[in-house]
Amino acid sequence: MAGSRNWQPTAEAFALPLLSLAGALVLFGIFVALGGRDPVAVWRLLFVGAFGDAFSWQNTLQRSAPLMLTALCVALPARAGLVIIGGEGALVLGGLAMAGLPYLFTPPAGWIGTLLLLAGAAAAGACWIALAGWLRVWRGVNETISSLLLAYIAIAVFKQLVEGPLRDPASLNKPSTLPLAESLRIGSIGSYDVHWGLVWGICLCVAAAFWLGFSVHGFATRVAGGNPRAARLMGLPTGRLVVTACALGGACAGLAGGIEVAAVHTNANAALIAGFGYTGILVSFVARHQPLAVIPVAILFGGFGAAGSLLQRRLGLPDAAVQVLLGFAFVLILASESLRGRLFTLPAPLRRRTSIAAVAGAR
Amino acid sequence: MPALALQTFRLSKHFGAFTALDQVSLDVRPGTVHALLGENGAGKSTLVKCVVGYYRADEGAVLIDGRETAIPSPTTARALGIGMVYQHFTVVPGMSVAENLLLARGRVPARIDWRAVRAELEAFMATTPFRLDLDARPLELASGEKQKLEILKQLLLRPRLLILDEPTSVLTPQEADEVLGALRERAHSGDCSVLMITHKFREVSAYADDVSVLRRGRLVCSGSVADSSPQLLAQAMMGEGRVAPVTVGRLQVAAPGAVRLQIEGLRVMGDRGEEAVRGLDLQVCSGEIVGVAGVSGNGQREFMQALVGQRPRLAGSVTLEGRPFHARRAENRSQRVRSLPEEPLLNGCVGELSVADNMALREFDQSPFAWAGWVRWRRLAARARAWIEEYGVKTQGEGAMIRTLSGGNVQRAVLARELSGEADLLLVSNPVFGLDFAAVAEIHGRLLAARDAGCSVLLVSEDLDELLELSDRIVVMSGGRIVFQTPARDARRHELGAWMGGRHETAAAPQERAA
Repeated sequence: MAGSRNWQPTAEAFALPLLSLAGALVLFGIFVALGGRDPVAVWRLLFVGAFGDAFSWQNTLQRSAPLMLTALCVALPARAGLVIIGGEGALVLGGLAMAGLPYLFTPPAGWIGTLLLLAGAAAAGACWIALAGWLRVWRGVNETISSLLLAYIAIAVFKQLVEGPLRDPASLNKPSTLPLAESLRIGSIGSYDVHWGLVWGICLCVAAAFWLGFSVHGFATRVAGGNPRAARLMGLPTGRLVVTACALGGACAGLAGGIEVAAVHTNANAALIAGFGYTGILVSFVARHQPLAVIPVAILFGGFGAAGSLLQRRLGLPDAAVQVLLGFAFVLILASESLRGRLFTLPAPLRRRTSIAAVAGAR
Repeated sequence: MPALALQTFRLSKHFGAFTALDQVSLDVRPGTVHALLGENGAGKSTLVKCVVGYYRADEGAVLIDGRETAIPSPTTARALGIGMVYQHFTVVPGMSVAENLLLARGRVPARIDWRAVRAELEAFMATTPFRLDLDARPLELASGEKQKLEILKQLLLRPRLLILDEPTSVLTPQEADEVLGALRERAHSGDCSVLMITHKFREVSAYADDVSVLRRGRLVCSGSVADSSPQLLAQAMMGEGRVAPVTVGRLQVAAPGAVRLQIEGLRVMGDRGEEAVRGLDLQVCSGEIVGVAGVSGNGQREFMQALVGQRPRLAGSVTLEGRPFHARRAENRSQRVRSLPEEPLLNGCVGELSVADNMALREFDQSPFAWAGWVRWRRLAARARAWIEEYGVKTQGEGAMIRTLSGGNVQRAVLARELSGEADLLLVSNPVFGLDFAAVAEIHGRLLAARDAGCSVLLVSEDLDELLELSDRIVVMSGGRIVFQTPARDARRHELGAWMGGRHETAAAPQERAA
């Protein structure tokens, strides 16, 4: 009996997120139709704006780079059994470290200096998320809530410092830190308008996949996440594994902040708080916390973000309209989990009823 | 008389190949308290769930007041006047006692006239044996009071048959006396019949009129409490029909060697914050199987979890070959400690990972299966295939998720992982729970072989047959302590039964018979 259904988990792993995304697009179409816009035009623009030409591809890839890293901040702790949603805080602190460390010492010029600063950014993010993991393991604090609240604290610290002691007196309307020295910035790949952060994102996703799949430490982490009781029976140090996974995830998000500062903003300012940390949650869930799947999903969601401005210019929709699409997608992704393991066993009428229920629930 | 008469006629229930209930014919007389005894997995819960419509029996019938009655759902049972108090709490923690009681009545009007409801509830409270503050919230109530609230919720519905699943497990003896006394009074006044699942013999002899014992899905004894004794009931629960076959291995074994595992003054906290293991002392020698007998809920589970590292220890020392033992990975490896936990899928496997991954859990981080921090999956997969062959694990392949396997095959996979290689100490809990005959024989054979090879085995089991068959020495655990020990060849069932049934409560100090 189980044999004939062996393909089903794999098929479901692809079908559920794809169906959820399709459902989100349909709902988004209804949403814009209610606003008096043509949904077909909106759908077309979404894809043209994301993947229509070289310019939109560059825009898409530019945005997907930080998403890959913030998605890892959700995916790695998730494999250790924790739901961390505070990647935004780690990203912001990473950006702060990147722009703030040169106040403390003068980093060597060139790529060594950049690497040094990026290491600082990663360390800042790692500490922040590891703190949430530590609170969970040793104090029993719910890590989902604590990581979210820690993110608010991080943002407050960021604003306090950027608008206070670190403020560049020349930045008048838009409080910012002093710009990063020219030689420390991260440039574009060749002649394309895509910075090297994309390479960082892809490489770290691949590295994370190798770590989880083939390393002793990564496997131990998966065991601790899959069944803590079995892990303890095996004598594995579950608490340490969990906190390490959190630290690695936080380091990725911190790196995302550092790269955004060094490649896009050139200084730390409020524009860094753009929600990449929160979209990363969505990316990781759609990718089922699989680091390799994070790459294409981040590109897709980066594309949706890139298309937002096109929707604004062509159809007069507000820039934030894409957020509605992402919201629909997130709710449906979470709702689709209730169908896991049952998608192919539900009798047809029930299957229809359930999907309607899921749609109704989403609205 | 409003009290119901309940009978079941040859009730059977199967879960796959496992027979949970086997032709059980139970008779609960109206206006009596009927106790249902049996070890975990004996089928007590299945039986009452069939009666309250939670399960549908495969064969047999339920008779209410002598008439065959179909009970397809819990709603039907409620309409018939059958109330059930579950083992876990079903109160809403954040709502007041009054609100909880109103909810329990089922129909809540669109607008609640609280004054009328309160008056009604206060009038009801006056008729009940327990007093609870209507404005208190279960969050603030002690567990004993929550249990009373659960019972009140059912009494409010004026049940004609009240079924309780271990109602006193969270109560102090004084509270238990209060609750059970009130229920008995209600039954004897003819208001309702009471069927209660319990583990405690004291409550049976003090409060029940009739008692029935289930064992492995069969009704093994039923009758008046006046005609029974704790010893007889314990024997019925643990089984005595089967004569333990004399195993060849047992005759060949030499006297046990030196003390290997030494436990002194071990204290462990239970799930509800009570001390489950209270100063336990035990020694296990090499080449010896020590069987731990006891009625479940006397700390055996917490004891084993603390030994294997799944539960923190409060106090006490555990030494292995003279060295302290904390069940860390390095210690497990250097001292060669392996473990067969109960419910292996829950306690010893990662359900979402493959059979090969799970078989690798002991050795994935050491040579020759790891190199420079990387796991050599190909080697592990090859060995998993060999084990699947050797241990006869029925699976789609080593890459199948282990939770897709049947219970027996999960246990075989765990057995392969834990028993391959030479172990010096084996910590085993209920190893054959829910398994079929062939698997049982095989697992027992492997445990005996390990013992004959010089391994020390600590075996906790709820099945006295199994303990008598395998052990060299049997100790009885009761109230979180070892209260009695004896060489297995001298063990007498009625004596073990008496100790399990709580004889130590009257005896001054633990006794030991000369080995």
